[in-house]
Amino acid sequence: MKTPLLPANTAFWFLAPALILIVVFFFLPVAASLLLSFTDFDIYALGDHERLRFVALDNYLRLLGDPLFWTALKNTLYFVLVGGPLSVAVSLGAALLVNHRLVRFKGLFRSLLFLPVVTTLVAIAVVWRYLYHPRYGFLNYLLGLLGLDTVDWLGDPDWAMPAIILMAIWKNFGFNMIIFIAGLQSIPVRLYEAAVIDGASTWRQFRHITLPMLAPTFVFVTVITMIGYFQLFAEPYVMTQGGPANSTLSVALLMFQEGFRWWNLGYAAAVAFTLFLIILTGTVLQLRLRRREI
Amino acid sequence: MAVFSEKPIKTLLLHLALIAAVIATLFPLFWMVSVSLMSSAEANRFPPPLLPAAPTLEHYRMLFSRLNLAAYLLNSTLIATSVTVLSLLLNSMAGYAFAKLRFKGRDRLFRLLLASMVIPAQVAMLPLFLMLKEMGLVNTYGGVIVPGMASIFGIFLIRQYALSIPDSLLDAARIDGAGEFRIYRTLVLPLCKPILVTLAIFTFMGTWNDFMWPLIILTDNDLYTLPVALANLLGEHVQDAELMMAGSVLTVLPVILLFLVLQKYYIEGLVLGSVKE
Amino acid sequence: MRLIGFLLIPALLGACGGDREKTVLEFWAMGQEGEVVQSLMPEFERLHPELQVKVQQIPWSAAHEKLLTAYAGDAMPDVFQLGNTWIPEFVVLKAVDSLDNRLTAQQREDYFEGIIETNEIDGRLHGLPWYVDTRLLFYRTDILVKAGFSAPPRTWNEWLATMAAIAALPGGDRYGLLLPMNEWQVPVILALQMGSELLRDEARFGNFRSDAFRQAFRFYLDIFRRGYAPAVSEAQIANLYQEFASGYFAMYVTGPWNIVEFEHRLPKSMQGRWATAPMPAPDESYPGVSLAGGASLAIARSSSRKDQAWKLIEFLSEPEQQLAFYRLTGDLPARRSAWLHPDLATATRTQAFKTQLERVVSTPKIPEWERIASKIAHYTEKAVRGELTEEQALAALDKDVDRILEKRRWLLRKRAP
Repeated sequence: MKTPLLPANTAFWFLAPALILIVVFFFLPVAASLLLSFTDFDIYALGDHERLRFVALDNYLRLLGDPLFWTALKNTLYFVLVGGPLSVAVSLGAALLVNHRLVRFKGLFRSLLFLPVVTTLVAIAVVWRYLYHPRYGFLNYLLGLLGLDTVDWLGDPDWAMPAIILMAIWKNFGFNMIIFIAGLQSIPVRLYEAAVIDGASTWRQFRHITLPMLAPTFVFVTVITMIGYFQLFAEPYVMTQGGPANSTLSVALLMFQEGFRWWNLGYAAAVAFTLFLIILTGTVLQLRLRRREI
Repeated sequence: MAVFSEKPIKTLLLHLALIAAVIATLFPLFWMVSVSLMSSAEANRFPPPLLPAAPTLEHYRMLFSRLNLAAYLLNSTLIATSVTVLSLLLNSMAGYAFAKLRFKGRDRLFRLLLASMVIPAQVAMLPLFLMLKEMGLVNTYGGVIVPGMASIFGIFLIRQYALSIPDSLLDAARIDGAGEFRIYRTLVLPLCKPILVTLAIFTFMGTWNDFMWPLIILTDNDLYTLPVALANLLGEHVQDAELMMAGSVLTVLPVILLFLVLQKYYIEGLVLGSVKE
Repeated sequence: MRLIGFLLIPALLGACGGDREKTVLEFWAMGQEGEVVQSLMPEFERLHPELQVKVQQIPWSAAHEKLLTAYAGDAMPDVFQLGNTWIPEFVVLKAVDSLDNRLTAQQREDYFEGIIETNEIDGRLHGLPWYVDTRLLFYRTDILVKAGFSAPPRTWNEWLATMAAIAALPGGDRYGLLLPMNEWQVPVILALQMGSELLRDEARFGNFRSDAFRQAFRFYLDIFRRGYAPAVSEAQIANLYQEFASGYFAMYVTGPWNIVEFEHRLPKSMQGRWATAPMPAPDESYPGVSLAGGASLAIARSSSRKDQAWKLIEFLSEPEQQLAFYRLTGDLPARRSAWLHPDLATATRTQAFKTQLERVVSTPKIPEWERIASKIAHYTEKAVRGELTEEQALAALDKDVDRILEKRRWLLRKRAP
């Protein structure tokens, strides 16, 4: 049976459905968002479009003078710069453990450690809120056993962000662990064999073979983690609503609140774009830096 | 003979460390199940009890009888399944085209798509809402499903895998006179089965766990997905730890089971999506 | 055959939309109220067999965005609860229907004047108060007695004297008053007591450097400067109830929800040792005014069942239902006649609220208010911490608020050329 009914440019028909959807539901809104960020779209404009004005860079200027934005940026950077490296380190540690040649049941360990990644954040937040409970929580119980002072994890502005970071690491480290394991497995065994013959210690093997060979994976993992961590939203939304005293208010959460709680869409779009620019700068910087290192 | 005696000890230590890591990782999940089986207010004790004194299913019963959980379960299943099936079809077509069909500007277009993965989804969210409103999709399942029907990540994943299909195979089929859609349907899809399974799990879990978008787009209680309903409950029943935990167990259980059954595909796909190229 | 006919007729009528089909009213209520109000619905449905109410419960934390997205997405319910400071926004959106022709003058009389006034925008009534709240003084009777005061303060001077005496009591860390420094409510209450307008020229500009606001602000800062209140924010008070019981602070300005909380959470030995009182006044006009708070019920303009919706609001506003609701939630009734019932008339701690509710005023009724309030909180905290002087804080506040009101000024100019 011959069905040469297709037009010459077959590729178009294969691509069109997906690409049209992506353009309509992603690229178009992104462009619209950019436009929106130059307007004062707010609750007045929502009720009546005649009340919309073009304000050029006003939203961006206002943003720079908004203490709440700076608080949110500070918190987000805290999360990225402290949580990010910690998360990567935990992932790498877990990967090295699981992938060690002496370890048996690798697959089992790998899957069990991976489990938190597939869980639903909202459900997990329920559990962690209870683990963090100042009176009945397990973490304070453990601290008590160790003879330490208890902490009001989610109620104390100094501890709320560390609490969010701890939960985020628990939830996410499995993902990077898998990628690290794959990276480790792609390192040729003969390199280690040669090193053993040369009498290199385990540490020297790690330092001079594992780490350099893992460099591309490392770049990938840090960039992906950073991009993800900059978008911190769901964790504080379900755990703390940005509190206490705005100590867990992230940029994405600020955007959500400005946008959907108060319907200052113009301002919220400016927040979103600023976040995008920050992420973009971070990504480019990181890639440049690594490229020079390698 | 230190060299020989060192190994068993090292092996033992390694395994102990791993077991400790696994216990720490699984503890919150274990505790979630345990508390969900406790009777009301039993978890409000110090020190926190590890196991229920007398396991009970009362909270699960309450979730189904009074809090309409079955409906949310159904909504979540319906939405996640629709998104999975539709996006699998569209992404695999596009991914295959990017991998195997020649057309002008293919690689440049692909790179553009890849680069745009840096844009946070939040940027698009506000106008997307207004747009869906104009389309009449706010507060409908469509509002959740349609924007998820194609994803750059999905196209990327399929393309990576489809690259490994030998051109000779496709050419042979063409010489036999098979049309491009026929080739896609009878040759490419079966060959891509492993990655399709992977993408299916990815998409299903991603949609199932998604929270922010359904929260925004669904205003009607009856349409809520499980995570949204759970967050809603969380606002009102904070004190009923046991009830909330039962809700959490039911939310998490389907995805965990899915993962455990299909983990091989999932992890392979994850690796494929990250390491190659 | 008769049986079959009996079964068929309603089915047929239902199918062609006959009058036996029930009209479904959608009603959104927040938080605990949303849960509790469901238990009042069977009675309503019994009285109105043609109506069926579908209550949707919305968590307070997501309530505002839920209502606005519903408006934007054309998915508003028929009746909804809203905080009375949100009414101006929904009026701007033209999302709520006016109730002017529905409420009788006699019914209106029964509401606390200051409270129902918050529902009136440009002379039209847009919501009906469902339950009310305001803030007043919670205090430790025993500590005040120890400090030499048998009654709560009635004027600002007495208030300061009480705080001074408490600070002088032996026994370490003691404060007369707890004022979480990141809250806007107390500074605003004090300013309203001084007769401050907060905003000037029909709410076109901030008016924070006016004499009235300045004096109130100074009084507020003074409490901290003299060490009568600890300089802590709300989040830094680990356990309010424990601290109140331990005597860390003797007075606290808060709302009716804390009556229930204090009764539950304070140790038994404390129960005879605390009371409530209306706010002190700057002069002899005791009691001083406080904020008109609470939640209202409104009908969505988009509703096609407005008359039926009003029936539901009327039902929930009946003194009897208001009482039932009070018993279930502790929320204070909006109608004076409900307060005559012994349940409320004999509750002394709650009665202070009755007195206070007769003396409440509304904050400016403009959509920008919440943002302005958060600015007040922000600069008040800066001034308390000493990061800004009083003058700097007020100037900065005026500047920020003027900027927030810029759009409002533009709209007013546009409307009246």
